[in-house]
Amino acid sequence: MQTEAAEAPLHTTAERQVVVAQDGAPDTRWVIVTRGIKREYDMGGEVVRALRGVDLAIGRNEYVAIMGPSGSGKSTLMNILGCLDTPTAGEYWLNGTQVSRMTDDQLARIRNKEIGFVFQTFNLLPRATALHNVELPLVYAGISAETRKRMAKEALERVQLDGRMHHKPNELSGGQRQRVAIARALVNNPSILLADEPTGNLDSTTSEEIMRVFEGLAEQGQTVIMVTHEPDIASHARRVVVIRDGVIASDDRRETFVERHGL
Amino acid sequence: MPLFEAVRLALATIRVQKLKSFFTLLGVTIGVMFLIAVVSIVEGMSKYVEEDFIGRFLGANTFTFRRWPDFDGPDSEAEWRAMQRWPLVYKDDARYVVASLPKDVRWAIETDGRAYASTQYARPRETMLYAVEGDYFQIKNYDIIAGRAITQQEYQMGANVLVIGDEVATHFFPNLNPVGRELRIRGVPYTVVGRIEKQGSLFGMSMDKLVIGPLESDLSRITNPRGDIDGMMIKMPTTTAMYDAMEEVREAMRGRRHLRPAQADNFSIETSESALREFKEVKNVMTIAGTALPMIGLVVGGMVIMNIMLVAVAERTREIGIRKSLGARRRDILRQFLVEAATLSTVGAIIGIVLGLTAAKLIEANTPLPAAVAPWSLVVATMLGLGVGIVSGVYPARRASRLDPIEALRQE
Repeated sequence: MQTEAAEAPLHTTAERQVVVAQDGAPDTRWVIVTRGIKREYDMGGEVVRALRGVDLAIGRNEYVAIMGPSGSGKSTLMNILGCLDTPTAGEYWLNGTQVSRMTDDQLARIRNKEIGFVFQTFNLLPRATALHNVELPLVYAGISAETRKRMAKEALERVQLDGRMHHKPNELSGGQRQRVAIARALVNNPSILLADEPTGNLDSTTSEEIMRVFEGLAEQGQTVIMVTHEPDIASHARRVVVIRDGVIASDDRRETFVERHGL
Repeated sequence: MPLFEAVRLALATIRVQKLKSFFTLLGVTIGVMFLIAVVSIVEGMSKYVEEDFIGRFLGANTFTFRRWPDFDGPDSEAEWRAMQRWPLVYKDDARYVVASLPKDVRWAIETDGRAYASTQYARPRETMLYAVEGDYFQIKNYDIIAGRAITQQEYQMGANVLVIGDEVATHFFPNLNPVGRELRIRGVPYTVVGRIEKQGSLFGMSMDKLVIGPLESDLSRITNPRGDIDGMMIKMPTTTAMYDAMEEVREAMRGRRHLRPAQADNFSIETSESALREFKEVKNVMTIAGTALPMIGLVVGGMVIMNIMLVAVAERTREIGIRKSLGARRRDILRQFLVEAATLSTVGAIIGIVLGLTAAKLIEANTPLPAAVAPWSLVVATMLGLGVGIVSGVYPARRASRLDPIEALRQE
């Protein structure tokens, strides 16, 4: 189902190559620019190179899937894009700020303001209500209780869960839990929504429902980055980046990707 | 994260895990409980001594002149030996002392002893005997509730008459009016002429098992067989007058005993203050001993809390990861766990306070020890609870705050 927003002009490959090749801060059309990102782990003397030079540019309002088999380095890339980890080498510019050399606490602030996480296992606090879970990022942003509550309610309304805000996670279905997590990710109006296998723990009907939520958000102009290993989930995005052995193997529009995989 | 929220979270954790929390808090609770109980008892005793006990022994503006002190005892064996050689005090000394004082003083001679008394109505029983002279009833504040006090003539003649205490009256004269009846002490008959008001008890000792008779009566054969007296009490109209009178008595006695300026007094002059001074020393020792022991409990309690917090950090690693991924900084996580430890410990302290107060009340109800709650001890106990929590929470909280978010999120 092609919609008008989905047909909005994507950044061209040439433009991406230019911004990656530049030095210094990219212009404001770009939410994410990485230049030669490497990440190495020291596993008891043996150096594991999870990322071996990733150049990636993602523009505002893009809906991108990052795909790859397990061990390809996509989780490492997601952790770095989500500011949970920093690269061993290379630059990472998020929203015009270089975050690749930040301290733990600076990264925490960036995560709080710029990134909304949606995890495979939902990662809701089990003893807190849906409303309180959604409020959490605002708590760390230092927003007053009243404003917090109002904003959290609005976020829950966006995912059609305003009727369940006083339920705890164990009183909600998988799909509802993931929608609470999406509301939590959105509540701070982040620059990017970063979803890690968001449908991995859901059945196919619920998966479709969650994918529709993402599609709706993308249409509203939210930048969405989704990490998955399933091609049919990846095919919901408008652009699919495939990672293999720590480098980008392909970077296609949805149509090309669908064609190539015969979906 | 706001403080209030962190406290609420901690309280919720305690509620959810009641048994675990109970054992966690036990150390701090017991420590604080003993602290409060001991301090309340010490405080109760001191309040009692300061307000009641000393007043009953020696009223306001009153001092004693005695051979040996009642309160301010010898500090060394040498001093004790020297005191053994102090001369006896006689009635003549008392007269001499009174003569040196202004006319408006009230004074009384007192000597005491104990002996079995009997009547035809009851079994013999030991009673306190006081052979007195002067304004004894006024100085002691004894109110006569039946009959009369001892008259001047009776004092002079050494008549065998008695004023008796409440318990003596009820024991020896059950359902009878004791006035006019006979009480025998060591076989000698005395006539009861009056009865004083009930005095109550002091540290569990009844103050009502006493009889009072003239110094010159046959009572003196028991109370002062050598013819000396224990001492005398002197009451002045004002405090200044009392201090002046004390100096005059000291000078008069030193002169009478031909003491050279370099020689120390060989008699004792005391006010209720010396008693208070002595008691305060005792109180300090009791307070130190009574608080040092509960501290051990608090240290143990702190260690238990530290352990439990370490377990909590391990159990809630994933929660920490979630919070960090949502933007919690190190200090946010640090604060959350510190507040949790402090809240746990403070709750323990508060339970300890309640139990300690209950224990103090139970002790008061079942033993002669009085109890009084010292407001400072409640504040100190709460602060101690808070402090123990913070100190023992630092290490676990630091560990939590330094967790790597990726590792933490990966944990099941």
